[in-house]
Amino acid sequence: MSLAAGDALRAEWTKLRTSPGTIWLLAGVTVLTVALSTAAVAATSCPAGIACPADPTRLSLTGVEFGQAVVAVLAVLVISTEYSTGMIRVTLAAMPHRGAVLAAKAAVLTGAVLAAGAVAVLGSALAGRLILPGQGFTAARGFAPLSLADEATLRAVAGSDLYLALIALLSLGIAAIVRDSAASIGAVLGLLYLAPIIAHALLASPHWYNRIQRYAPMPAGLAIQSTAGLAHLPIGPWAGLGVLAGWAAAALLAASITLRLRDA
Amino acid sequence: MTATMTPYRPRQQAGRDSFAQLLHAEWTKFRTVSGWVIGMVVAALAMIALGLFPAGAADIACQSAGGPASHGKACVSPVPSGPAGEPVTDSFYLVGRPLTGNGSITVRLTSLTGKYPGGRASTPGGQPAMIHGLQPWSKAGLIIAASTKPGSAYAAVMVTGSNGVRMQYDYTHDIAGLRGAVSSASARWLRLTRSGPTITGYDSADGVHWTRIGAATVPGLTAAARAGLFVTSPLHSRITSDFGGSSGQIMPSVATGTFDHVALTGAWQNAAWTGRDVGGGGNYSEQLTGGKYRQAGDRFVVTGSGDIAPIPAGHEYPGPPTVTVEQHLIGAFAALIGVAIIAALFVTAEYRRGLIRLTLAASPRRGRVLAAKAIVAAAVTFVVGLAAAVIAVTAGVAIARSQGFVIYHVPALTVVRVVAGTAALLAVTAVLAVAVGVILRRSAVAVAVVIVAIVLPYILAVASILPAGVGEWLTRLTPAAAFAVQQSVPAYPQVTAIYTPANGYFPLAPWAGFAVLCGYAALAVGVAAVMLRRRDA
Repeated sequence: MSLAAGDALRAEWTKLRTSPGTIWLLAGVTVLTVALSTAAVAATSCPAGIACPADPTRLSLTGVEFGQAVVAVLAVLVISTEYSTGMIRVTLAAMPHRGAVLAAKAAVLTGAVLAAGAVAVLGSALAGRLILPGQGFTAARGFAPLSLADEATLRAVAGSDLYLALIALLSLGIAAIVRDSAASIGAVLGLLYLAPIIAHALLASPHWYNRIQRYAPMPAGLAIQSTAGLAHLPIGPWAGLGVLAGWAAAALLAASITLRLRDA
Repeated sequence: MTATMTPYRPRQQAGRDSFAQLLHAEWTKFRTVSGWVIGMVVAALAMIALGLFPAGAADIACQSAGGPASHGKACVSPVPSGPAGEPVTDSFYLVGRPLTGNGSITVRLTSLTGKYPGGRASTPGGQPAMIHGLQPWSKAGLIIAASTKPGSAYAAVMVTGSNGVRMQYDYTHDIAGLRGAVSSASARWLRLTRSGPTITGYDSADGVHWTRIGAATVPGLTAAARAGLFVTSPLHSRITSDFGGSSGQIMPSVATGTFDHVALTGAWQNAAWTGRDVGGGGNYSEQLTGGKYRQAGDRFVVTGSGDIAPIPAGHEYPGPPTVTVEQHLIGAFAALIGVAIIAALFVTAEYRRGLIRLTLAASPRRGRVLAAKAIVAAAVTFVVGLAAAVIAVTAGVAIARSQGFVIYHVPALTVVRVVAGTAALLAVTAVLAVAVGVILRRSAVAVAVVIVAIVLPYILAVASILPAGVGEWLTRLTPAAAFAVQQSVPAYPQVTAIYTPANGYFPLAPWAGFAVLCGYAALAVGVAAVMLRRRDA
């Protein structure tokens, strides 16, 4: 059994490694995340004489909102390509334990995204550390340079990497259920990106606004990036990431069930 | 024995190559894929459902002292609406007399001062300290109004806190006059003349050389107009940006104007000057006294509070719960995602199945194939989007009204522009998705590119912790600029409010913003046409 699991992992790793788009998508996760984060910190200034109650750590990690879309594409392609090419039938014939196939895909994908995501979030934090002091976020005004030695910053940075991995798992689960790549990526991006827009439209009804901030995957998951004003957040950082983990777990569970029940 | 063989030529051959045939072929491909048709219907339904959700989910609740909690309309005090139907604030202090016919009033203003509780409290939790100062749009001057009923038509000339002399009429119109602040060293002379329904405003720095600022026709002006000196001062708002949002602190303010050299000509009723708070008056308190005037000879010192101005839409402005037309079209984002999927698949499915080779063999002029696909995708999307937008707005307005919201009244043509513009936005998104599909050929990547390009900048501009200035640039330069076409309410320079994308105010004019998206779509179509011609299918 453990041998089978190892085989499944190696098979999925080989597929991911040799698939032509993978390396570009992983590079895209890193480059686009760091690019948007850098642009966000460079565009935000804290002029002298004005109180800037911003959250510099969260600002520096803005790029994750972009990077997650690339992560979603990668995760969707990991399974939907198999369906569009018919490869899935070979895969499942070779490894009849369908849950193991999904688990192997999830494990390989998580590893790859965690690696690319780590570079992405560390690069974003570095950009914040280097650029923010020049924008008026100085130590003299209460903004210490971003440092991983700071517990809250470490949580935000490491948590953002975990966030990307959870987005990958959520996307994988949805794609395994939906199968078609275009519909899957649309469903994933809709689930992620529509929530903040609807929440904004519901500002006049705080009840619903808070519900969306608490239970929708993107707003809840990104709570992990907050390092200031935690008492005012609709949901705490780890609780928020936990909600996203719940979404990812539910999607994978539903995926493993449908994978077992349906013909490939 | 020989026989002549006549090659078979199908009779329909002539005309096969016409563009109409190509369109028909693409339309047949579209409508026979049940998944796409169902997808379009789902997109439309999602657009309607999401659009109605905010209005339906809202709960306007209030509680009168000791009484039970009430909901909805019972909580909303009636809002006056101006001559064009838009909600307005109309409260000021008037020292007036009836003007029964044509006539004029001239006055000199030597001072305008104000105060508001905007300072730090001396004790924690105590009353904020009083600050002596004006609001940018504190006003003192002359007014001729059809009546003292709130929302009635008027024309006025005034000195303002920091916007110089202005002539304003019927709430939404604003013309600049002399610049600079008023003081005893630099007094401002103002004059209003009435001739029938036409009121003309003049200003002067010395009372000798007069400049005409503008003229207004005030249709509701009957014989018995109310006219005189007025002072008003809008709420002081201090906005603090918070973690991921901004919150406002709103405080009342008063202004005091000193008038002299009051001169009347024409049909003024021979009555004494009477002072009164029009439209409920301002927010006065023990520390912030007002709603009064003092007369010594022809010198008047008048203190008032309130505003004579339109109420801007936006959740960060105090006042009644208003709803704009475009707030019911938030579901366009959901439809946009559906449209991006279907339009991209319209192309990429052909590549996946190899049908594209057949399509291009049948119609070797590849640019025309691209055009036909784009047109069919855009036309279908426009029709479906238009139907969904009409339903969402119609039903949304009805629901919001029943909930007690004040619907922000805009001209019917503006509603048409918002609704048709939303459908057009979706149609251009479809064209963009077709073009990106041709360029990238992979449906997942194409769909992600289109969605991210349009939706992500909007999220960053509207619902992120980025500063408002960044949001304005994002809604100028990225495809998200197109959502300007949904903005139904104008930004009023003469009203202090937060005119940011987050509040529904876009930096570009509606069609200019839409043109930005069209530009991106045209660029993508151009690149797609070149690549389709150069690459093997």
